[in-house]
Amino acid sequence: MSDSTSSPTSSSGVYGLAADWSGDREAFKVPWGKAMMWVFLLSDTFVFGIFLSGYMAVRMTTAEPWPNPSEVFALQLGATRLPLILIAIMTFVLISSSGTMAMAVNFAGRGDRVRAAALMLATAALGAAFVGMQAFEWTKLIVSEGIRPWGNPLGAAQFGACFFMITGFHGLHVSVGVIYLTTVAVRLLGHRHSDGPSPDNGHLRDADRVEIAGLYWHFVDLVWVFIFAFFYLW
Amino acid sequence: MAYPEQDHAPHSFWTRYVWSQDHKVIAVQYTITAIAVGLVALVLSNLMRLQIGFPGRFAFIDANHYYQFVTMHGMIMVIYLLTALFLGGFGNYLIPLMVGARDMVFPFLNMLSYWMYLLAVLVLMGSFFVPGGPTGAGWTLYPPQAILPGTPGSGGGIVLMLVSLAIFIVAATMGGLNYVTTVLQARTRGMTLMRLPLTVWGILVATIMALLAFPALFVSAVMMLFDRLLGTSFFMPAVVSMGQALAYKGGSPILFQHLFWFFGHPEVYIVALPAFGIVSDLISTHARKNIFGYRMMVWAIVIIGVLSFVVWAHHMYVSGMNPWFGFFFATTTLIIAVPTAIKVYNWLLTLWRGDIHLTVPMLFAIGFVSTFVIGGLTGLFLGNVSTDMPLSNTYFVVAHFHMVMGVSPILAIFGGIYHWYPKVTGRLMNDTLGKLHFWVTFVGSYAIYFPMHYLGILGMPRRYYAYDNYAFIPPSAQQLNAFITVAALIVGTFQLVFLYNLARSAFNGLPSGPNPWGSASLEWQTPENPPGHGNWGSALPEVHRWPYDYSVPGTSTDFLPQTSTSPLGCEAKPDRTAP
Repeated sequence: MSDSTSSPTSSSGVYGLAADWSGDREAFKVPWGKAMMWVFLLSDTFVFGIFLSGYMAVRMTTAEPWPNPSEVFALQLGATRLPLILIAIMTFVLISSSGTMAMAVNFAGRGDRVRAAALMLATAALGAAFVGMQAFEWTKLIVSEGIRPWGNPLGAAQFGACFFMITGFHGLHVSVGVIYLTTVAVRLLGHRHSDGPSPDNGHLRDADRVEIAGLYWHFVDLVWVFIFAFFYLW
Repeated sequence: MAYPEQDHAPHSFWTRYVWSQDHKVIAVQYTITAIAVGLVALVLSNLMRLQIGFPGRFAFIDANHYYQFVTMHGMIMVIYLLTALFLGGFGNYLIPLMVGARDMVFPFLNMLSYWMYLLAVLVLMGSFFVPGGPTGAGWTLYPPQAILPGTPGSGGGIVLMLVSLAIFIVAATMGGLNYVTTVLQARTRGMTLMRLPLTVWGILVATIMALLAFPALFVSAVMMLFDRLLGTSFFMPAVVSMGQALAYKGGSPILFQHLFWFFGHPEVYIVALPAFGIVSDLISTHARKNIFGYRMMVWAIVIIGVLSFVVWAHHMYVSGMNPWFGFFFATTTLIIAVPTAIKVYNWLLTLWRGDIHLTVPMLFAIGFVSTFVIGGLTGLFLGNVSTDMPLSNTYFVVAHFHMVMGVSPILAIFGGIYHWYPKVTGRLMNDTLGKLHFWVTFVGSYAIYFPMHYLGILGMPRRYYAYDNYAFIPPSAQQLNAFITVAALIVGTFQLVFLYNLARSAFNGLPSGPNPWGSASLEWQTPENPPGHGNWGSALPEVHRWPYDYSVPGTSTDFLPQTSTSPLGCEAKPDRTAP
C-alpha cells in the first residue's frame, strides 16, 4: 500500500542503515559475483577456523610433547642455524603479493588493463613462489626430519598430521588462487573493448572481476597470518 | 542489456531437462532424487522395525545388517533427503519465483550443485555394494569405533560415507551461495526484505546456517578419512582393538563429537526453518488470513538461527564434560524455546477465527504444528541436564527427534508438495488420495512414536539389536514394539499412495488454473503457469505489498496479490518510526 519504489533515504543513523539494507532489489550495492564471493569467504572462514580449532584441541589432548616449532622449522644457512627463516621469507612473499594485488585492483579500477594484468601476473608469480617454497619445506620435513602424518621422531604424532593437513589445505587455496589470478589476467589482456556504463548486476565489468579475485587472494593471505601465528609462533 | 539468463535458454531435450540451468528443472531434479533416496531410507527403517518388533523372525537381518540399516537410514534421511529437498528442491523452485527473479544468479553453478549432489548420492549408494557393505557406525559416526574393525562397514563403507558427505557439502555450498545471493541481491522492484514470504526467510536463514555449519562436518570428515586411510590420530586415542594394540595414540574422540554437533545441531534447524516458513505460508493462505505477527516471525527465524550455533553440546551431556558447560548449554537450549514458542503461538493465532479451508496442504500444515509441539515439549526434558541423564540413549530420545525433526519436516514437505504441485505441473494432485495419505501418515506417526516415549521412560536403550534377557524390560514392551512395527509398516506402505498420486497427477490431474489456492504471494502471479524459462515473460513484476493480504476489508476479492496496486491492505508496519 505504501509506495514501494521510493528509497527511504530520509532516515538516518541505525534506522537509516536498517532501511537501506532492507530496501527492495538488493541489500548491498555490489555486483552479484562480489556478493557471492563474500558469502563464500565467510563459509571458508569457518572451514579454516575449524581446522585451526581442531589443531588446538588435539595439541592439548595429546599426551606426548609437542615439537618445538622454532627448531623444526629452522634452516641451516652456512654456519648459522636460523629459526623460522624460511617461513619468514614465505610470509613476506605472500604479504607482498597482497600489495601487488591491491595495486592491480587500483589500476583495473582506473581502466588500465595492461598494468592491472601485469600486476596480477606478478601476484600469481609470488603465489607460485610461495607454493614452491612450501614444497621445499615439505620435502625437507619429510625426507630429512622424518616427519609423517602418522608420526615423527620429535614427539606428538599430531604435529605432522595437523601440519600437513592445514598447510596442505592452505597451499591448495594458494594454488587455486594462482590459476584463478592467471585466468583473470589473461582474459583481461584479451579484452579490447571498453566496458561502457555500468550494466546490470548479473554482468561483471573487468574491474569487478579483478576486485573479486582480489578478495579471494587477500583472504588466502589473511588465513596464512593466522596459520603462521597459531602453528609456527605458538 | 540482455539478461544473463537468456544465454542458457534451452534448445533441446538434453539442455531442457538434463543439463538444465533453469532453477525450476534443477528443483525438480533435486526433488525426485531426494525422494528416490528417501525411499531407500524408508525401506531400511521398516527392515529395522521388523527386527525390533519380531526379533529373530527375519533371519536375513543379522546384527551387522541392523546397524548398517540404522546408520544409512539416519544419514540419508537427515542429509540426503531433508536438507537436499528443502534447500535444493523448495529453495531452488521457490526463491526466484517468490522474490521476482528470472533465475538463480549463477545458473551454471546451480546446475553443478545438482550434479555434485547426485554424485554424492551415487557414492553413498555405492557403499551398499562394496565388500563389508555400508558403514554401521550409527549416523553420528562416532570414533573410535566408526573406523575400527568389528564395526560393520569399517572397510570401504565408512570411506565412501565420508567421501560422499564431503561431496554433498561441496554441492550444498554451490547451491547455498546461489540461494543467499539471489535473495539478497536479485529481488524485483518493490520486494523489500520485509515483504518476503516466510518460506523465503526460512530457506535464506537455513542456507546461511548450512554455509557456516557444514564446514565443521567437512573438516571432521577430512580428519576421519585421514585417520582411517593415513593412520593419523586426530580422533583416535590409544586403542586395544580385538586384543591388539593399534598404532593410534593421543587423539581426541570428544573433539569429533564437538565438531559433529557443531554441525549437527544447526542441521536440525536447517531442516526446521524452511519447514517453519512453508507452514506459515500454507496456514496463512488456506486460512485466508494474514500471518499473525509477521515481523516477529522473521525475527524468531533469525534468532533461532543464531542461537542454534551455541547449543550443540546439549547432545553431549553424558560425554563427561565439565558440569559448567552443561549449565551453559542447557541455558542456551532452553532460551531457543522462546522464539520457537512465538512461532507456534503465531501459527495458532493465524488460525484463530480464520476462514479455514481443510485442503490437503492445510491438513499437513496443521499436522506439522501438532507434531512439532509434541516433539518440542519433549525437547525440554532432554535439554535439561538432570532430566536428560536418565533419558539419554533411550527410546525417549528416538521418539523426540523423530517427532521434531523427522515427522514434522516431512509433513511440511508433503504439505509444500501438495501446495506447489499445481505451480510445477499446472495440475492438482488427487484430493481423496491426498487426504488418505495425510490421515494414515499423521495418525500412523503418532502410533509409531507415542509409545516410544513410554518405552524410553521404561529404560529401553536405543541402538540395540535385540532385547533378550534384560530383566528390567517387561514383556509388555515387546508387545508395544510389535505394535509400533505394524504401524510403521502401514505408514511406510501408504507412502506408495503419495508416489502414485505424484506420478499420476502429472498427466491426469485436474487442470489447476493459474492460482488454485487464491494465493497472494508472487510465485502465483507469473504470466504462464507453469512458468516458462525466465519466469516473468517480457517484464519483471513490480511488488506493492506483503504476501499476506487475505480477506482485506473493502475489497471485492478475498486476497490482494503482491503485484496489486490497490491502496488497501494490512502490510505489517515497522513498529516504530525513525527519529
